[in-house]
Amino acid sequence: MKADPIGVLTGSHYLDGDHACAEGAIAAGCRFFAGYPITPSTEVAERISARFPYVGGIFIQMEDELGSMAAILGAAWGGKKAMTVTSGPGFSLMMENIGLGAMTETPCVIANVQRGGPSTGLPTLVGQQDIMQARWGSHGDYEIIAIAPDSPQEAFDFTIKAFNLSEKYRVPTMVMLDECVGHMTERVIIPPAEEIEIEPRRYTKLSPEEYLPYKPCEDLIPEMVKAGDGYNVHITGLTHNEKGYPIINEEVQAVLVKRLVDKINVNAEDIIITEEEEIENAEVIVISYGITSRVARMSIDLARKDGIKVGSMRLITIWPFPEKRVKELAKKVKAFVVPEINAGQLVYEVERCACGNANTYLVPHYGGGVHNPQDIFDKIKEAMK
Amino acid sequence: MMQTQKEHPIAPFLRMDRIPHIWCPTCGIGTTVKCFCSALSNLKIDLKNVAIVSGIGCTGRVAGYINIDSFHTTHGRAIPFATGLKLANPKLKVIVFSGDGDLIAIGGNHFIHAARRNMDLIIICVNNFIYGMTGGQVAPTTPLTANTSTTPYGNNEKPFNIPHLAASCGATYVARWTALHIRRLTRSMEEVLQRKGFSVIEIVTPCATLYARRNRLGDGLNLMQFYHDNSEIKHGADTKDIDIEFQKKIVVGKFIDEDKPTFLDLINEGLSRKLGEKFIKYA
Amino acid sequence: MAKTELRITGFGGQGVILSAYIIGKAASIFDNKYATMTQSFGPEARGSACSAQLIISEEKILYPYIIKPNIMIAMSQEGYEKYEATMKGEGILIYESNLVKPGKNRTKIKKYCIPSTKIAEDLGRRIIQNIVMLGFFTAVTGLIDYNAMKEAVKTSVPRGTEELNLKAFESGYEYFKKQKK
Repeated sequence: MKADPIGVLTGSHYLDGDHACAEGAIAAGCRFFAGYPITPSTEVAERISARFPYVGGIFIQMEDELGSMAAILGAAWGGKKAMTVTSGPGFSLMMENIGLGAMTETPCVIANVQRGGPSTGLPTLVGQQDIMQARWGSHGDYEIIAIAPDSPQEAFDFTIKAFNLSEKYRVPTMVMLDECVGHMTERVIIPPAEEIEIEPRRYTKLSPEEYLPYKPCEDLIPEMVKAGDGYNVHITGLTHNEKGYPIINEEVQAVLVKRLVDKINVNAEDIIITEEEEIENAEVIVISYGITSRVARMSIDLARKDGIKVGSMRLITIWPFPEKRVKELAKKVKAFVVPEINAGQLVYEVERCACGNANTYLVPHYGGGVHNPQDIFDKIKEAMK
Repeated sequence: MMQTQKEHPIAPFLRMDRIPHIWCPTCGIGTTVKCFCSALSNLKIDLKNVAIVSGIGCTGRVAGYINIDSFHTTHGRAIPFATGLKLANPKLKVIVFSGDGDLIAIGGNHFIHAARRNMDLIIICVNNFIYGMTGGQVAPTTPLTANTSTTPYGNNEKPFNIPHLAASCGATYVARWTALHIRRLTRSMEEVLQRKGFSVIEIVTPCATLYARRNRLGDGLNLMQFYHDNSEIKHGADTKDIDIEFQKKIVVGKFIDEDKPTFLDLINEGLSRKLGEKFIKYA
Repeated sequence: MAKTELRITGFGGQGVILSAYIIGKAASIFDNKYATMTQSFGPEARGSACSAQLIISEEKILYPYIIKPNIMIAMSQEGYEKYEATMKGEGILIYESNLVKPGKNRTKIKKYCIPSTKIAEDLGRRIIQNIVMLGFFTAVTGLIDYNAMKEAVKTSVPRGTEELNLKAFESGYEYFKKQKK
């Protein structure tokens, strides 16, 4: 399916990451937005509130992030593509209903413009400290998809991608921006609507008599309906059977939770997007994501000038983690260097997948700025020893 | 000869494959469900266009038994979920059916803001003065001095007066009944199903297992008798005068019924005025 | 010039951010270059000295922040004092001659000034001071194509004020050209 031209501002724009994210959402067909102001994400909400009246969307500023997250789930079941946007403290408040979204398999997009934490932390400065929270923040076992843009252009492109993945896999999908990308202004090229591919909602063709809300298709994803279609569905956050009815026992729990986890893991290769560069002869590979990948590129250039064979693996999707590929690469290289604007989060995934075959080096940054390229370069040199 | 069993008149409105329900004998929630189904039946509403949203708790299970599109959400978040559902598909009549703890304690912030916006939702708040599902803890509606499992020496907090809270925040329809007033309650439900705006019906309901037992008030039947002897119908009463005190008079009736523009009415009107023809009206 | 780092500083209300936005837009949309703009957020951006940073390059920009500006445009004394040291004694300083009194002459910093507020007032609106400054900047540095700048001004200012703003731009541009003669 192609994008509806009404929402696509085709042309070259000079936009910051927050505004580009908003334009990506609108181009992707988002027509319901609920949110609560929080720095540095507020510009997304502001742009959407200004643009929605012209595209037939409805914007509501909720009383808090708990309500915002609940509202977008409701809107998704009402038939809209829905989104909310927040930053650290608000992201924490959304966790409860992100779990409901995962449990009820509700397509929706949450953009988190990360700032330095913990707690109120650094409201106006960059961080990448919510990476594990995105994956594990709500209680219980589930999987989500998270994607990390490194520029306003990617904020546009990958917000569309996030909506598409969210619809395809019926899962809350997170756009993990950061303050630097959110507040950075660069050229954003918005293509014509007919060049933007949109994943339609997986509405069932079955009759209400035949339809079971949680009976999975071959790819483990069930088909959806919306309220008002006459299917009389029951949707619950309790453990439920294929009919959607609550069944509180370990057998139904095993079937349901296994599928919620498997539907992402089994399809991981279809979901994962990475960029690899000069991996072939590399002795060290820098694994990075988000704004840090741009800084890491400078360090890689420094290292290559120094004659070090260093490759780059940039994670565009951070969740699911490219486990298979990192395990493969671990057998070929000496070490992985992982710069992150946190005290070490994704590095543990890299370490796990290295399986002792390659060393893993973290280059931490505690937030409030990006790395000094020299620091990553130094770590690359250390890793070569 | 086999005796043919006649189907109960509200059976078509229930998910009969989920009966028996989880509620205790003489619990009042079933009565409220019966009244709601009767209201739907009397009005002959196209059920396709009705959706029900519940939070968590004993009353939170209502969504699971009514055979329409039904959503059993998280604790306290039924109203914002319903807000999204309603705004995404404004042709739906969306009913939030939940308990006092869910709507007024953990969901209190959503309740007051949805009232302020006159969001076009029907709120049916079953008030049994206590947290039932978790075993009888104090609620923001527990009358002063009442015994609960977390106020073993009596409740020392002043409770919310739900109609007054709703009215002062902008609800455009406010009524209170008890589980005894089934005809009047059904009529109230019919009224709200036919109107627009944030409509709140509080239903004082017996919890025999916990509230009555802990306070030595007998069983559900004794509480119904109490409602019979102590309810006073006072339509249009000033909501500030209708606090509920422990085992004292309960003022019931319809207190507020005003026609005011809803959230969506004001959005569409305001944006049309400001943006003219460029505005794509939301419906 | 492969890569230029630029800082604009002034006080809130002078259009510091818009000025950087216009230069960035001119470079990246109308002049076939790359331009990354960042701005200082937080308490210091509300009221006193605020600053916007811009990197302009022929190649894709990786590191998003400026390290040592080659060009600084100062529209307030406080901003000048706060950020002057970041130039590390080199580059081009452009300033508002009635609002900024630069310190001792540093040999390697080339200084250019313009009474842009006075010029804007003479044109009828003090608020277009920053656009006068942009015209002056364009003439002084030659960094961005003249027409690209005009296009960026035209498409970035409020509708209905394009003509006035373009006049402001021309005034700033001509001020330098005349000075040179």
